[in-house]
Amino acid sequence: MKRNLILAAVIAGSFTGSAMAQTELSLWYHGAGSANAEEALVNQLVEEFNASQSDWKVVIETFPQLAYNDAVGAAALAGNLPDILDVDGPIMPNWAWANYMQPLGIDEAKLEGYLPGTIGRWNGDVYSVGLWDAAVALTTRKSTLDKYGIRVPTLDEPWSLDEFNGALEKIAASGDFEYPLDLGMAWKGEWYPYAFSPLLQSFGGDIIDRSTYKTAEGALNGDEALAFGEWWQSLFENKFAPGTSQDAADRDNGLLEGKYALSWNGNWAALPVVEAFGDDALFLPAPDFGNGSKIGAASWQFGISANSEHPEGARAFIEFALQDRWFSAFSDGTGLIPVTASAAAGTKNYNPGGPLEVFYDLSKAQALVRPVTPGYIVQAKVFEKALADIANGADVADTLDAAVDEINEDIERNSGYGH
Amino acid sequence: MAVVSADNRGLRLGARYAVLVLVAVIFVFPLLFMAMSSLKPDQQLLSDTDSLRAFLPVGDISLNNYFAAFERAPIGVFVFNSVLVTGITVILALFVCSLAAFAFVFLDWSGRGFIFSVLLATLIIPYESIFIPLLLMASQLPWIGTGGFEIGWLNTYRVQIIPFVADGLSIFLFVQYFKDLPRELIEASRVEGASWWFVYRKVVLPLSGPVIATAAILKFLFMYNQYLWPLMVVQAEEIRPVMVGLGYFTDQLNVPWGEVMAYLTIITVPVLAFYLSLQRAFIASVASTGVKG
Repeated sequence: MKRNLILAAVIAGSFTGSAMAQTELSLWYHGAGSANAEEALVNQLVEEFNASQSDWKVVIETFPQLAYNDAVGAAALAGNLPDILDVDGPIMPNWAWANYMQPLGIDEAKLEGYLPGTIGRWNGDVYSVGLWDAAVALTTRKSTLDKYGIRVPTLDEPWSLDEFNGALEKIAASGDFEYPLDLGMAWKGEWYPYAFSPLLQSFGGDIIDRSTYKTAEGALNGDEALAFGEWWQSLFENKFAPGTSQDAADRDNGLLEGKYALSWNGNWAALPVVEAFGDDALFLPAPDFGNGSKIGAASWQFGISANSEHPEGARAFIEFALQDRWFSAFSDGTGLIPVTASAAAGTKNYNPGGPLEVFYDLSKAQALVRPVTPGYIVQAKVFEKALADIANGADVADTLDAAVDEINEDIERNSGYGH
Repeated sequence: MAVVSADNRGLRLGARYAVLVLVAVIFVFPLLFMAMSSLKPDQQLLSDTDSLRAFLPVGDISLNNYFAAFERAPIGVFVFNSVLVTGITVILALFVCSLAAFAFVFLDWSGRGFIFSVLLATLIIPYESIFIPLLLMASQLPWIGTGGFEIGWLNTYRVQIIPFVADGLSIFLFVQYFKDLPRELIEASRVEGASWWFVYRKVVLPLSGPVIATAAILKFLFMYNQYLWPLMVVQAEEIRPVMVGLGYFTDQLNVPWGEVMAYLTIITVPVLAFYLSLQRAFIASVASTGVKG
């Protein structure tokens, strides 16, 4: 009898054990050492997901951002990608095209009302979705605009090209600032296409012809792009903005220290401005250079790797993350923009009347994702170099023509990137 | 005449010391800049770069960057991993490469000239160009360990060590050095009945201090500075080396330069300690073979 009881207990125990066993899912995250709340929140998200159900256990591996994309490329080559990938929005089409990722398979009705930049689509499928977005604004002080008799622009009525140039000229003529405008030229890399390609798009140009994604001809070197290039160069020739040799410390503190009147900067840098200037702080929409005001969109997002053996588990994790409470938590922790209006209402910065509410509106009204093409990773670097060269005095037409040639050659080498 | 000659000697000596001091300054100042910058806040660090203050512990000096760096990244783990991987690789490489060189120089076997030529040819192939096939191989190699039989070496210490144990440069260095050893010593030992293993261990190795030091330092520097290979083959933070760890100190837009300098100062210590411990033998080797790092 005793032996039977023990046997029954062992059998019951083994059944219980197998029922309780969670299948491991690997998740790679890019933010190791980021020294902000984001990594802690991702860890908390993973812990709560693991505790919320008994089928899956997500195991997180963090990478420094500098090495992350290379590590993913190597892992794809060696066939050991994780189940869940963290991917930067504009990079996603490249990873989807290269077969690093598979469609999310999430009911798109669940994504209704999300900010446009938070949903990553490629070839008609949703491959990634973000828990936050970021936006850029012209940051300044109301008292500065009042002093020089400059109109405060609104979302409905942003500055025109002439108004914007006029404002810069007035401020420059006063001699009160080292430069009227800080564009953040000290920041390199993705900042250039993220922050500056929307200005080109507002002129009517683009990095690439989005109707086909097969050429940059006409988009990056057409009349609109040339007009943008000439205007861009004039900002530096007229000493309206510091150029590529801008001091990184000035980029961080120049507005607060009174060196610049206006600063083209992101919502992540907005809170210190609110703290320093209080009600005098203004976050203004991008000027409309003729084709509507535009700002960049799409930040880091989650997706499922192509060789995940448990896409249903990865999907369950991502769906678990798509809750207003997580959007609000990430926003409160990192200062980034929550994905939905209902989540924004629950945040300390983006709620109606909150100090950064304007950024949610900017993101919703003006955001334009960077070119949705696998070739973007090359195009972004070509665009960055072209803008830096033009800022440093290179011939505008020649530089843009050379950039077009480089982009087109890359597209040709890659057989059109699947477009 | 004698007085003029003494003056000339003094002048020559003075000029020589002046050049040496200048060269020393050129070599020391980057290290000094790194160490001093690690004590300053970012803003001061950047503004000091246009003056000699960059090399002096002046202004707002503190250890805050070190505290922040330790908070940002598991520096102790990274240093331990690098020292472990580098140390084991250096020891294994010295053994394997010196044995190979011994075989090339002292043993008489057919085809050694051809194989040595092939080995030398590998010196002109950059490691980066073979990383992709090496990665594919490493992901498929078998292994029998504590967990039993398994396929794939990725995400382990061994994938950071074994591919770098044998290399053409170290074997070449040993071959060149062994060729200059007196053949009489080897022949005398063999006549006395010593085995080749005995000759290698008791005759050749004890005479090879300088080349061992040189090969060890070159290997140490190569291994300690590894970035691309561990980036591709190691995903787990607990076995990540120092150079990949440097990525913890940059994000998309900002670089905390003070913390970067603090991290670099910390990870430079093992390199300096290793080099200084072998400095005398290394200089002897450079003087005798003309090979330096």
